[in-house]
Amino acid sequence: MKVQISVTVNGTNYQREVEPRMLLVHFLREELSLTGTHVGCDTSSCGACTVHLDGKALKSCTMLAVQANGKSITTIEGMATNGQLHPLQEGFHQEHGLQCGFCTPGMIMTAADLLANNSDPSEQEIREGLEGNFCRCTGYHNIVKSVQHAAKKMV
Amino acid sequence: MIPSKLAYHRPNNVNEAIQMLQNYGDDCKILAGGHSLIPVLKQRLNDPEHLVDISGLTELKGIRDNEKSITIGAGTTHAEIANSTAVQQHAPMIAQAAASIGDVQVRNFGTIGGSIAHADPAADWPAVLLAADANVVIKNTGGTREVDIDQFFLGLFTTAVQEGEIITAIRIPKTAFNRNSTYVKFPHPASRFAVVGCAAAVAKEGGNVTAARVAFNGVSSKPFRDMGIEKGLKGNALNADTIAAATKNAAAEVSVMSDHFASEKYRRHLAGVYARRALGAL
Ligand SMILES: Cc1cc2nc3c(=O)[nH]c(=O)nc-3n(C[C@H](O)[C@H](O)[C@H](O)COP(=O)(O)OP(=O)(O)OC[C@H]3O[C@@H](n4cnc5c(N)ncnc54)[C@H](O)[C@@H]3O)c2cc1C
Ligand code: FES
Ligand code: FES
Repeated sequence: MKVQISVTVNGTNYQREVEPRMLLVHFLREELSLTGTHVGCDTSSCGACTVHLDGKALKSCTMLAVQANGKSITTIEGMATNGQLHPLQEGFHQEHGLQCGFCTPGMIMTAADLLANNSDPSEQEIREGLEGNFCRCTGYHNIVKSVQHAAKKMV
Repeated sequence: MIPSKLAYHRPNNVNEAIQMLQNYGDDCKILAGGHSLIPVLKQRLNDPEHLVDISGLTELKGIRDNEKSITIGAGTTHAEIANSTAVQQHAPMIAQAAASIGDVQVRNFGTIGGSIAHADPAADWPAVLLAADANVVIKNTGGTREVDIDQFFLGLFTTAVQEGEIITAIRIPKTAFNRNSTYVKFPHPASRFAVVGCAAAVAKEGGNVTAARVAFNGVSSKPFRDMGIEKGLKGNALNADTIAAATKNAAAEVSVMSDHFASEKYRRHLAGVYARRALGAL
Protein backbone atom coordinates (compact mmCIF):
# COMPACT_ATOMS: atom_id res chain seq x y z
CA MET A 1 0.00 0.00 0.00
CA LYS A 2 1.38 3.37 -1.02
CA VAL A 3 1.74 6.15 1.52
CA GLN A 4 1.69 9.89 1.12
CA ILE A 5 4.91 11.74 1.93
CA SER A 6 5.88 15.39 1.95
CA VAL A 7 9.56 16.17 1.51
CA THR A 8 11.45 19.38 0.89
CA VAL A 9 14.28 18.85 -1.57
CA ASN A 10 16.64 21.72 -2.40
CA GLY A 11 14.07 24.16 -1.04
CA THR A 12 11.09 22.85 -3.03
CA ASN A 13 8.30 20.91 -1.33
CA TYR A 14 7.18 17.70 -3.03
CA GLN A 15 4.12 15.59 -2.14
CA ARG A 16 4.22 12.08 -3.54
CA GLU A 17 2.69 8.65 -2.97
CA VAL A 18 5.40 6.04 -2.55
CA GLU A 19 5.70 2.37 -1.75
CA PRO A 20 7.14 2.05 1.79
CA ARG A 21 9.93 -0.14 0.50
CA MET A 22 11.21 2.51 -1.92
CA LEU A 23 14.73 3.66 -1.06
CA LEU A 24 15.34 7.38 -0.72
CA VAL A 25 17.94 7.33 -3.51
CA HIS A 26 15.39 5.83 -5.93
CA PHE A 27 12.84 8.43 -4.86
CA LEU A 28 15.28 11.22 -5.68
CA ARG A 29 16.42 9.76 -8.98
CA GLU A 30 13.24 8.19 -10.32
CA GLU A 31 10.39 10.22 -8.79
CA LEU A 32 12.08 13.63 -8.79
CA SER A 33 14.52 13.04 -11.69
CA LEU A 34 17.40 14.34 -9.57
CA THR A 35 19.99 12.02 -11.08
CA GLY A 36 23.02 13.84 -9.67
CA THR A 37 22.83 11.49 -6.68
CA HIS A 38 24.48 8.26 -7.85
CA VAL A 39 24.18 4.61 -6.89
CA GLY A 40 27.65 3.09 -6.75
CA CYS A 41 27.47 -0.03 -4.62
CA ASP A 42 23.94 -0.22 -3.25
CA THR A 43 25.45 -1.86 -0.14
CA SER A 44 25.99 1.26 2.04
CA SER A 45 29.73 1.23 1.37
CA CYS A 46 30.75 3.69 -1.36
CA GLY A 47 29.06 6.99 -0.41
CA ALA A 48 28.18 7.92 -4.03
CA CYS A 49 24.55 8.31 -2.93
CA THR A 50 25.32 10.80 -0.13
CA VAL A 51 22.81 13.63 0.38
CA HIS A 52 22.02 15.81 3.40
CA LEU A 53 18.99 15.03 5.53
CA ASP A 54 18.26 17.96 7.84
CA GLY A 55 21.84 19.09 7.25
CA LYS A 56 23.58 15.77 7.96
CA ALA A 57 25.36 13.57 5.43
CA LEU A 58 23.39 10.39 4.75
CA LYS A 59 23.86 7.46 2.39
CA SER A 60 20.49 7.68 0.66
CA CYS A 61 20.63 4.00 -0.38
CA THR A 62 20.37 3.18 3.34
CA MET A 63 17.10 4.94 4.11
CA LEU A 64 13.53 4.46 2.94
CA ALA A 65 11.84 7.40 1.24
CA VAL A 66 9.02 7.25 3.84
CA GLN A 67 11.56 7.91 6.59
CA ALA A 68 12.28 11.29 5.00
CA ASN A 69 8.66 12.40 5.39
CA GLY A 70 8.55 15.93 6.81
CA LYS A 71 12.31 16.38 6.43
CA SER A 72 14.52 18.62 4.38
CA ILE A 73 16.98 17.18 1.87
CA THR A 74 19.83 18.77 -0.05
CA THR A 75 21.29 17.02 -3.08
CA ILE A 76 24.19 18.02 -5.32
CA GLU A 77 21.68 19.88 -7.52
CA GLY A 78 20.98 22.20 -4.58
CA MET A 79 24.59 23.24 -3.95
CA ALA A 80 25.03 25.99 -6.55
CA THR A 81 23.14 29.25 -5.90
CA ASN A 82 21.97 31.52 -8.73
CA GLY A 83 24.29 29.86 -11.21
CA GLN A 84 27.26 30.38 -8.86
CA LEU A 85 29.11 27.15 -8.08
CA HIS A 86 29.44 26.18 -4.41
CA PRO A 87 33.08 26.62 -3.20
CA LEU A 88 33.40 22.82 -3.06
CA GLN A 89 32.24 22.47 -6.67
CA GLU A 90 34.67 25.20 -7.64
CA GLY A 91 37.43 23.44 -5.66
CA PHE A 92 36.91 20.12 -7.45
CA HIS A 93 37.00 22.01 -10.78
CA GLN A 94 40.12 24.08 -9.98
CA GLU A 95 42.11 21.33 -8.30
CA HIS A 96 41.19 18.56 -10.73
CA GLY A 97 39.44 16.64 -7.94
CA LEU A 98 37.69 14.28 -10.33
CA GLN A 99 38.34 12.05 -13.30
CA CYS A 100 35.23 10.06 -14.25
CA GLY A 101 33.15 12.12 -11.80
CA PHE A 102 31.01 9.25 -10.55
CA CYS A 103 31.98 9.68 -6.90
CA THR A 104 32.03 13.49 -7.02
CA PRO A 105 28.47 14.38 -5.94
CA GLY A 106 28.80 12.13 -2.88
CA MET A 107 32.30 13.47 -2.11
CA ILE A 108 31.02 17.04 -2.24
CA MET A 109 28.03 16.34 0.01
CA THR A 110 30.18 14.58 2.62
CA ALA A 111 32.84 17.30 2.42
CA ALA A 112 30.12 19.91 2.98
CA ASP A 113 29.08 18.11 6.20
CA LEU A 114 32.75 18.05 7.27
CA LEU A 115 33.26 21.78 6.61
CA ALA A 116 30.02 22.65 8.42
CA ASN A 117 31.48 21.09 11.59
CA ASN A 118 35.13 22.01 11.06
CA SER A 119 35.86 25.07 8.94
CA ASP A 120 39.64 24.52 8.92
CA PRO A 121 40.29 20.74 8.75
CA SER A 122 43.80 19.30 8.54
CA GLU A 123 44.69 16.93 5.71
CA GLN A 124 44.24 14.02 8.12
CA GLU A 125 40.81 15.28 9.18
CA ILE A 126 39.75 15.62 5.54
CA ARG A 127 40.87 12.06 4.77
CA GLU A 128 39.07 10.71 7.85
CA GLY A 129 35.98 12.82 7.13
CA LEU A 130 35.73 11.28 3.66
CA GLU A 131 36.27 7.72 4.93
CA GLY A 132 32.78 6.69 3.81
CA ASN A 133 33.30 7.78 0.20
CA PHE A 134 35.23 5.72 -2.31
CA CYS A 135 36.90 7.00 -5.47
CA ARG A 136 38.18 4.52 -8.05
CA CYS A 137 40.04 7.12 -10.14
CA THR A 138 41.87 9.93 -8.39
CA GLY A 139 43.82 8.32 -5.57
CA TYR A 140 42.16 10.95 -3.31
CA HIS A 141 45.13 13.35 -3.49
CA ASN A 142 43.38 16.03 -5.52
CA ILE A 143 40.14 15.47 -3.66
CA VAL A 144 41.91 16.56 -0.47
CA LYS A 145 43.27 19.64 -2.32
CA SER A 146 39.77 20.43 -3.60
CA VAL A 147 38.36 20.41 -0.07
CA GLN A 148 41.26 22.57 1.16
CA HIS A 149 40.51 25.02 -1.67
CA ALA A 150 36.88 25.25 -0.53
CA ALA A 151 37.82 25.57 3.15
CA LYS A 152 40.05 28.57 2.36
CA LYS A 153 37.35 30.16 0.23
CA MET A 154 34.59 29.65 2.81
CA VAL A 155 36.25 31.33 5.84
CA MET B 1 18.47 -4.07 -4.36
CA ILE B 2 14.98 -3.40 -3.08
CA PRO B 3 13.34 -4.79 0.07
CA SER B 4 10.25 -7.00 -0.14
CA LYS B 5 6.82 -5.39 0.12
CA LEU B 6 6.13 -4.11 3.60
CA ALA B 7 3.85 -1.86 5.60
CA TYR B 8 5.33 1.13 7.41
CA HIS B 9 4.11 2.49 10.75
CA ARG B 10 5.18 5.57 12.64
CA PRO B 11 4.11 5.48 16.31
CA ASN B 12 3.79 8.74 18.28
CA ASN B 13 5.40 7.40 21.44
CA VAL B 14 7.08 4.34 22.92
CA ASN B 15 3.85 2.90 24.35
CA GLU B 16 2.20 3.10 20.95
CA ALA B 17 5.25 1.42 19.40
CA ILE B 18 5.03 -1.43 21.93
CA GLN B 19 1.32 -1.81 21.14
CA MET B 20 2.18 -2.12 17.44
CA LEU B 21 4.80 -4.77 18.17
CA GLN B 22 2.15 -6.60 20.16
CA ASN B 23 -0.37 -6.40 17.30
CA TYR B 24 1.94 -7.50 14.50
CA GLY B 25 3.90 -10.17 16.40
CA ASP B 26 6.83 -11.77 14.65
CA ASP B 27 5.90 -10.31 11.24
CA CYS B 28 7.18 -7.02 12.57
CA LYS B 29 10.56 -5.29 12.97
CA ILE B 30 11.58 -2.12 14.76
CA LEU B 31 13.32 0.39 12.48
CA ALA B 32 15.71 2.83 14.19
CA GLY B 33 18.66 4.31 12.25
CA GLY B 34 18.23 1.59 9.63
CA HIS B 35 21.98 1.16 9.17
CA SER B 36 21.90 -2.52 9.97
CA LEU B 37 18.27 -3.29 9.14
CA ILE B 38 17.96 -1.65 5.69
CA PRO B 39 20.96 -3.58 4.30
CA VAL B 40 19.42 -6.77 5.74
CA LEU B 41 16.04 -5.97 4.12
CA LYS B 42 17.70 -5.16 0.79
CA GLN B 43 19.46 -8.51 0.78
CA ARG B 44 16.15 -10.08 1.85
CA LEU B 45 17.86 -11.91 4.69
CA ASN B 46 14.78 -10.92 6.67
CA ASP B 47 11.30 -10.21 5.29
CA PRO B 48 9.15 -8.51 7.94
CA GLU B 49 5.66 -7.51 6.80
CA HIS B 50 5.61 -4.50 9.10
CA LEU B 51 8.15 -1.90 10.10
CA VAL B 52 7.64 0.22 13.21
CA ASP B 53 9.80 3.32 12.79
CA ILE B 54 10.96 4.59 16.18
CA SER B 55 13.52 7.03 14.77
CA GLY B 56 11.27 10.03 15.39
CA LEU B 57 10.57 9.30 19.06
CA THR B 58 12.10 12.09 21.18
CA GLU B 59 11.62 9.95 24.34
CA LEU B 60 14.43 7.71 23.08
CA LYS B 61 16.88 10.46 22.25
CA GLY B 62 19.55 12.32 24.14
CA ILE B 63 22.11 11.94 26.90
CA ARG B 64 21.28 12.74 30.52
CA ASP B 65 24.03 13.47 33.00
CA ASN B 66 22.62 12.19 36.32
CA GLU B 67 24.28 12.16 39.72
CA LYS B 68 25.44 8.53 39.65
CA SER B 69 25.10 7.59 36.00
CA ILE B 70 24.87 8.78 32.45
CA THR B 71 21.72 7.69 30.65
CA ILE B 72 21.95 7.41 26.89
CA GLY B 73 18.61 7.14 25.06
CA ALA B 74 18.49 4.09 22.77
CA GLY B 75 17.74 6.34 19.78
CA THR B 76 20.83 8.51 20.32
CA THR B 77 23.18 8.42 17.32
CA HIS B 78 26.81 7.36 17.41
CA ALA B 79 27.78 10.93 16.39
CA GLU B 80 25.87 12.50 19.29
CA ILE B 81 27.56 10.14 21.76
CA ALA B 82 31.03 10.79 20.32
CA ASN B 83 30.48 14.54 20.78
CA SER B 84 29.02 14.44 24.30
CA THR B 85 31.29 16.15 26.85
CA ALA B 86 29.65 14.23 29.72
CA VAL B 87 30.50 10.93 28.02
CA GLN B 88 34.03 12.06 27.13
CA GLN B 89 34.63 13.03 30.76
CA HIS B 90 33.02 10.10 32.60
CA ALA B 91 33.68 7.23 30.19
CA PRO B 92 36.19 8.18 27.49
CA MET B 93 36.10 4.67 25.97
CA ILE B 94 32.44 5.18 25.09
CA ALA B 95 33.15 8.37 23.16
CA GLN B 96 36.15 6.72 21.47
CA ALA B 97 34.11 3.70 20.40
CA ALA B 98 31.35 5.94 19.02
CA ALA B 99 33.86 7.96 17.01
CA SER B 100 35.41 4.79 15.56
CA ILE B 101 32.20 3.35 14.10
CA GLY B 102 32.01 3.13 10.30
CA ASP B 103 32.11 6.57 8.73
CA VAL B 104 30.48 9.99 9.19
CA GLN B 105 27.31 9.00 7.36
CA VAL B 106 26.85 5.86 9.47
CA ARG B 107 27.53 7.75 12.71
CA ASN B 108 25.00 10.44 11.77
CA PHE B 109 22.08 7.99 11.68
CA GLY B 110 23.03 4.68 13.36
CA THR B 111 21.94 4.42 17.00
CA ILE B 112 23.37 2.73 20.07
CA GLY B 113 20.08 0.91 20.75
CA GLY B 114 19.96 -0.44 17.20
CA SER B 115 23.53 -1.63 17.38
CA ILE B 116 23.18 -3.58 20.62
CA ALA B 117 19.80 -5.02 19.56
CA HIS B 118 21.43 -6.23 16.34
CA ALA B 119 24.39 -7.73 18.29
CA ASP B 120 26.78 -8.13 15.40
CA PRO B 121 29.86 -9.91 16.82
CA ALA B 122 32.10 -7.32 15.12
CA ALA B 123 30.19 -4.26 16.38
CA ASP B 124 32.00 -1.82 18.67
CA TRP B 125 29.37 -1.11 21.34
CA PRO B 126 29.22 -4.55 23.00
CA ALA B 127 32.79 -4.59 24.37
CA VAL B 128 32.68 -1.03 25.71
CA LEU B 129 29.32 -1.52 27.37
CA LEU B 130 30.54 -4.76 28.98
CA ALA B 131 33.66 -2.98 30.25
CA ALA B 132 31.52 -0.07 31.47
CA ASP B 133 29.26 -2.31 33.61
CA ALA B 134 26.27 -0.77 31.81
CA ASN B 135 22.59 -1.56 32.32
CA VAL B 136 20.13 -1.85 29.45
CA VAL B 137 16.66 -0.43 30.07
CA ILE B 138 13.97 -2.40 28.23
CA LYS B 139 10.27 -1.63 27.99
CA ASN B 140 7.36 -3.97 27.27
CA THR B 141 3.59 -3.97 27.85
CA GLY B 142 4.16 -4.89 31.50
CA GLY B 143 6.49 -1.95 32.22
CA THR B 144 10.22 -1.46 32.39
CA ARG B 145 13.01 -3.87 33.27
CA GLU B 146 16.75 -3.35 33.56
CA VAL B 147 19.18 -5.98 32.33
CA ASP B 148 22.77 -6.14 33.53
CA ILE B 149 25.03 -5.98 30.49
CA ASP B 150 26.69 -9.22 31.60
CA GLN B 151 23.33 -10.93 30.95
CA PHE B 152 22.44 -9.02 27.77
CA PHE B 153 24.45 -10.55 24.91
CA LEU B 154 23.48 -14.19 24.49
CA GLY B 155 25.23 -15.12 21.24
CA LEU B 156 25.53 -14.36 17.54
CA PHE B 157 22.87 -11.67 16.78
CA THR B 158 21.05 -12.77 19.94
CA THR B 159 20.26 -10.70 23.03
CA ALA B 160 18.02 -10.66 26.10
CA VAL B 161 15.47 -8.49 24.25
CA GLN B 162 12.25 -10.49 23.85
CA GLU B 163 9.59 -10.21 21.16
CA GLY B 164 7.45 -7.13 21.74
CA GLU B 165 10.15 -5.28 23.71
CA ILE B 166 11.99 -2.05 22.99
CA ILE B 167 15.33 -0.95 24.38
CA THR B 168 14.74 2.56 25.71
CA ALA B 169 18.09 3.49 27.25
CA ILE B 170 21.57 2.44 28.28
CA ARG B 171 22.80 3.45 31.71
CA ILE B 172 26.52 3.96 32.32
CA PRO B 173 27.53 4.15 36.01
CA LYS B 174 29.87 6.97 36.98
CA THR B 175 32.78 5.01 38.41
CA ALA B 176 36.53 5.42 38.80
CA PHE B 177 37.14 2.62 36.28
CA ASN B 178 34.94 4.28 33.65
CA ARG B 179 36.74 7.59 34.09
CA ASN B 180 40.02 5.78 33.32
CA SER B 181 39.05 3.77 30.25
CA THR B 182 39.90 3.34 26.61
CA TYR B 183 38.80 1.46 23.50
CA VAL B 184 41.13 0.34 20.72
CA LYS B 185 40.42 -1.78 17.67
CA PHE B 186 41.90 -3.35 14.60
CA PRO B 187 39.32 -2.13 12.09
CA HIS B 188 38.39 -4.00 8.97
CA PRO B 189 39.94 -1.78 6.30
CA ALA B 190 36.71 -1.32 4.31
CA SER B 191 33.78 -1.39 6.76
CA ARG B 192 35.65 -0.27 9.93
CA PHE B 193 33.87 -3.01 11.90
CA ALA B 194 36.19 -4.51 14.53
CA VAL B 195 38.25 -7.51 13.45
CA VAL B 196 39.33 -7.32 17.09
CA GLY B 197 38.30 -4.61 19.56
CA CYS B 198 39.32 -4.27 23.20
CA ALA B 199 37.75 -2.02 25.83
CA ALA B 200 39.56 -1.60 29.14
CA ALA B 201 38.49 0.25 32.28
CA VAL B 202 40.78 0.32 35.31
CA ALA B 203 40.49 1.93 38.75
CA LYS B 204 43.67 2.43 40.75
CA GLU B 205 44.43 3.39 44.34
CA GLY B 206 47.94 4.19 45.47
CA GLY B 207 49.21 2.93 42.14
CA ASN B 208 47.55 -0.49 42.45
CA VAL B 209 44.61 -1.76 40.45
CA THR B 210 41.45 -1.98 42.58
CA ALA B 211 39.00 -2.78 39.78
CA ALA B 212 39.48 -3.81 36.17
CA ARG B 213 37.02 -4.65 33.43
CA VAL B 214 38.42 -5.80 30.09
CA ALA B 215 36.17 -6.90 27.22
CA PHE B 216 36.52 -7.93 23.60
CA ASN B 217 34.40 -7.86 20.46
CA GLY B 218 35.23 -9.31 17.07
CA VAL B 219 37.07 -12.22 18.70
CA SER B 220 34.26 -14.64 19.49
CA SER B 221 30.68 -15.00 18.22
CA LYS B 222 29.64 -13.28 21.43
CA PRO B 223 31.35 -10.29 23.06
CA PHE B 224 32.89 -11.23 26.40
CA ARG B 225 34.80 -10.02 29.45
CA ASP B 226 38.19 -11.65 29.82
CA MET B 227 38.15 -12.73 33.47
CA GLY B 228 41.70 -14.07 33.22
CA ILE B 229 43.04 -10.63 32.36
CA GLU B 230 40.85 -8.90 34.96
CA LYS B 231 42.06 -11.22 37.76
CA GLY B 232 45.65 -10.92 36.60
CA LEU B 233 45.56 -7.15 36.94
CA LYS B 234 43.80 -6.82 40.28
CA GLY B 235 45.98 -5.81 43.22
CA ASN B 236 49.02 -5.16 41.04
CA ALA B 237 50.66 -2.02 39.79
CA LEU B 238 49.87 -1.29 36.14
CA ASN B 239 53.08 -1.40 34.12
CA ALA B 240 54.47 -3.13 31.05
CA ASP B 241 55.45 -6.24 33.03
CA THR B 242 52.17 -6.73 34.88
CA ILE B 243 50.21 -6.03 31.69
CA ALA B 244 52.29 -8.55 29.72
CA ALA B 245 51.76 -11.19 32.42
CA ALA B 246 48.01 -10.57 32.65
CA THR B 247 47.41 -10.60 28.88
CA LYS B 248 49.65 -13.57 28.06
CA ASN B 249 46.62 -15.85 27.69
CA ALA B 250 44.16 -13.32 26.28
CA ALA B 251 40.94 -14.86 24.93
CA ALA B 252 42.06 -18.25 26.22
CA GLU B 253 38.67 -19.18 27.67
CA VAL B 254 36.50 -18.61 24.58
CA SER B 255 36.12 -20.23 21.19
CA VAL B 256 37.64 -17.80 18.71
CA MET B 257 36.14 -17.03 15.28
CA SER B 258 38.01 -17.74 12.09
CA ASP B 259 37.21 -16.31 8.66
CA HIS B 260 38.92 -14.98 5.54
CA PHE B 261 39.84 -11.74 7.34
CA ALA B 262 41.64 -13.36 10.26
CA SER B 263 42.34 -16.93 11.32
CA GLU B 264 41.66 -18.16 14.84
CA LYS B 265 45.35 -18.00 15.71
CA TYR B 266 45.76 -14.47 14.36
CA ARG B 267 42.62 -13.21 16.13
CA ARG B 268 43.80 -14.62 19.45
CA HIS B 269 47.19 -13.01 18.89
CA LEU B 270 45.49 -9.68 18.09
CA ALA B 271 43.42 -9.95 21.28
CA GLY B 272 46.65 -9.92 23.29
CA VAL B 273 48.14 -7.08 21.25
CA TYR B 274 45.06 -4.89 21.58
CA ALA B 275 44.63 -5.66 25.30
CA ARG B 276 48.24 -4.52 25.86
CA ARG B 277 47.65 -1.36 23.83
CA ALA B 278 44.47 -0.53 25.72
CA LEU B 279 45.93 -1.21 29.18
CA GLY B 280 49.20 0.49 28.29
CA ALA B 281 47.26 3.70 27.67
CA LEU B 282 45.74 3.70 31.16
C1 LIG C 1 28.90 1.02 5.96
C2 LIG C 1 28.63 0.66 7.40
C3 LIG C 1 29.69 0.56 8.28
C4 LIG C 1 29.46 0.23 9.62
N1 LIG C 1 30.55 0.14 10.45
C5 LIG C 1 30.35 -0.17 11.74
C6 LIG C 1 31.46 -0.25 12.65
O1 LIG C 1 32.62 0.01 12.30
N2 LIG C 1 31.19 -0.60 13.93
C7 LIG C 1 29.92 -0.86 14.38
O2 LIG C 1 29.75 -1.15 15.55
N3 LIG C 1 28.87 -0.78 13.56
C8 LIG C 1 29.05 -0.44 12.25
N4 LIG C 1 27.95 -0.36 11.42
C9 LIG C 1 26.59 -0.65 11.94
C10 LIG C 1 25.97 0.60 12.53
O3 LIG C 1 26.58 0.93 13.75
C11 LIG C 1 24.45 0.49 12.74
O4 LIG C 1 23.98 1.78 12.83
C12 LIG C 1 23.96 -0.16 13.99
O5 LIG C 1 24.51 -1.44 14.06
C13 LIG C 1 22.45 -0.31 13.99
O6 LIG C 1 21.81 0.81 14.53
P1 LIG C 1 20.53 1.42 13.79
O7 LIG C 1 19.98 2.49 14.65
O8 LIG C 1 20.90 1.78 12.43
O9 LIG C 1 19.51 0.18 13.87
P2 LIG C 1 18.55 -0.47 12.78
O10 LIG C 1 19.31 -0.88 11.59
O11 LIG C 1 17.36 0.40 12.57
O12 LIG C 1 18.10 -1.76 13.60
C14 LIG C 1 18.98 -2.82 13.84
C15 LIG C 1 18.26 -3.95 14.58
O13 LIG C 1 17.95 -3.54 15.92
C16 LIG C 1 16.53 -3.54 16.16
N5 LIG C 1 16.29 -2.35 16.98
C17 LIG C 1 16.66 -1.06 16.65
N6 LIG C 1 16.39 -0.24 17.69
C18 LIG C 1 15.87 -0.99 18.68
C19 LIG C 1 15.41 -0.71 20.00
N7 LIG C 1 15.45 0.54 20.52
N8 LIG C 1 14.94 -1.74 20.75
C20 LIG C 1 14.92 -3.01 20.26
N9 LIG C 1 15.34 -3.34 19.01
C21 LIG C 1 15.81 -2.35 18.24
C22 LIG C 1 15.91 -3.53 14.79
O14 LIG C 1 14.66 -4.17 14.79
C23 LIG C 1 16.90 -4.32 13.97
O15 LIG C 1 16.73 -5.69 14.14
C24 LIG C 1 28.14 -0.01 10.08
C25 LIG C 1 27.06 0.10 9.21
C26 LIG C 1 27.28 0.44 7.88
C27 LIG C 1 26.11 0.57 6.96
S1 FES D 1 25.26 3.51 -3.29
FE1 FES D 1 24.86 4.12 -1.27
S2 FES D 1 26.74 3.81 -0.32
FE2 FES D 1 27.15 3.06 -2.32
S1 FES E 1 36.48 10.35 -10.07
FE1 FES E 1 35.98 8.41 -10.81
S2 FES E 1 35.33 7.42 -8.97
FE2 FES E 1 36.12 9.25 -8.25
